[in-house]
Amino acid sequence: MNLGYTMKVVRIDKKNWVGDIENLSRSYRLFGPVKDDNFHRFEELDKDKLPDLDYFNTRLSPKSIVYPQSETMFEYCLDERKKDHHVMKEASKDYSQRAVIGIRPCDAAAFLLVKRNFDTPECKDPYWVKAYEATTFVGLACNNPHSACFCTTAGCGPFHEDGLDILLIDAGNHYFAKIITSKGENLLKAAGWDTKVDAGKEIESMKQNAETGITSFIATNKLKDKITADLFDAPFWEDMAFACINCGTCTYACPTCWCFDIQDEVHGCSGTRMRNWDSCMYPLFTLHGSGYNPRNTGMQRVRQRFMHKLKYYVDKYDNGIQCVGCGRCVSLCPVNIDIRKICNTMNSYEK
Amino acid sequence: MQNPYLPYPVRIDEIVTETEDKNLKTFKLVFLNPADEEKFYYKAGQFAELSVAGKGEIPIGIASSPTEKGYIMFTVNKVGLVTTHLHSMKEGDVIGIRGPLGNSYPWDILQGKNIVIIGGGFAFTTLRSSIVYMLDPVMRPKFKDIHVIYGARSPEMLLYRDELAGWENSSDINMHITVDATDDPDWKYNTGFVPTITEQKALPGNAETYAIICGPPIMIKFTQPVLDKLDYAHDHIIMSLEMRMKCGIGMCGRCNIGKEFVCKDGPVFTLAQLDKMPKEF
Repeated sequence: MNLGYTMKVVRIDKKNWVGDIENLSRSYRLFGPVKDDNFHRFEELDKDKLPDLDYFNTRLSPKSIVYPQSETMFEYCLDERKKDHHVMKEASKDYSQRAVIGIRPCDAAAFLLVKRNFDTPECKDPYWVKAYEATTFVGLACNNPHSACFCTTAGCGPFHEDGLDILLIDAGNHYFAKIITSKGENLLKAAGWDTKVDAGKEIESMKQNAETGITSFIATNKLKDKITADLFDAPFWEDMAFACINCGTCTYACPTCWCFDIQDEVHGCSGTRMRNWDSCMYPLFTLHGSGYNPRNTGMQRVRQRFMHKLKYYVDKYDNGIQCVGCGRCVSLCPVNIDIRKICNTMNSYEK
Repeated sequence: MQNPYLPYPVRIDEIVTETEDKNLKTFKLVFLNPADEEKFYYKAGQFAELSVAGKGEIPIGIASSPTEKGYIMFTVNKVGLVTTHLHSMKEGDVIGIRGPLGNSYPWDILQGKNIVIIGGGFAFTTLRSSIVYMLDPVMRPKFKDIHVIYGARSPEMLLYRDELAGWENSSDINMHITVDATDDPDWKYNTGFVPTITEQKALPGNAETYAIICGPPIMIKFTQPVLDKLDYAHDHIIMSLEMRMKCGIGMCGRCNIGKEFVCKDGPVFTLAQLDKMPKEF
């Protein structure tokens, strides 16, 4: 819930940071970026481990904090001598409160886009919703955006606040912490941060400076008015998809890709039903039992991914594209497929 | 928060082998907890996920009618991992059922209308549900003429043969059973493909008449021009689609056609709706 008054800002002295994180770890499971060889990744922080906030962004998005790559849904017993054999039982879960320290604003905003899929009026995905509700998002503003970042034209920005409970701004020897929601207020108390400051102007100028650091843009204004069938049948897909090897890197790295598979695993007489990330890049994703596959070719699968993000999602929710401009797919694609180029092509396409 | 992925436990009460090739079996399922049956309130045309512990889940159309109480019925074709295992199970075994899922045939719109049901092969399951539902003594007066065109490769490949014979003898319903070919000299019904029989027997299209089609893609492909010729408006042609599914509730992302999910927004669509969707099914 967004606090309805002028936002409070506190100053956090970096020399107290270690103790502050220790305070937080008493009431929260903490997650944060840590260095892993040449890259950073989000992981649960052991006692005494600090989030490494000296980073551009993690290679994989932090979506796994709420939505693990693989998670147990149910457990069951296949031994017919046992009571309730073959009956699915809910697996035990830890939904105690957790906090992510140092998530980038784009990645936090991505959870709001994904929420529209998992948290609907008719039906709620209990795993995603409970984990999301248990999480407090402490963001880290991007003072120096990356060359592949295009957040400002993807409904987001380097100091974007939607989806965050607190926004940290690195100001040299200290952080400013902008308190955005009541969840953020609670975390503030747990950390013991109470040095209120009036830093509105300073933050605003840092924000403007960061926004001018974003140098790549997309145009999305005409996507909504395009006729779906026209875009679907457009001649450019073969060219766009030609180099794609359907590796699925884009979908795994993407903070807004949410597709999943459900699989049973059996060990002896006990079994689990698992939910695993899946990808529209793979032919098995849509293969019918009969052998028929409506998305049999690589081109069809590439088209599905971009049509979903840039047209179907736009039409379904009337709330922008399913992309926050983090630039991961642009940086990581082994054959240089670029969502910015595809988006602009779709946006300007005339039949 | 209710967990939409948690199946209700059910016991296999009866298994009937439907066809000569033994690839189709009908499973009558009874809820282990009687209260679950009330929660599983469904309409003809909906489907459910059958859950086999240790193997997985499969989306299958509900073949029983909401007017049949005390059990739920599914006819399952043996094709993959889960269905093959299901075919090896016996009466008394425990499986799970999750649903009901998807929309149904639009029964509010269909009331008071002529109904032409066109089915082929083993896609006759939700059509059986619909026929039993409409023939229920309380329901039958709410519909005008009911015609059924149902075809299979041979007489031995028709589903629900005892019921078909009963409907043939009923004045409440006009049956047009057909087979592609047969060498049975006693075969007393039609011979020929479904589109041909449709052209000969179906009511002409008008505001008071709806066609419901369920069958293999090849049958649908050749039946559609026949219905066009008979003047059926595309919003009076109702179809049920199949897609590979996992969640069944519009979340896992694989069964979409454009922005619609077949599992949640379908599986029943009018041809008018499908005309506007990308041709990716």
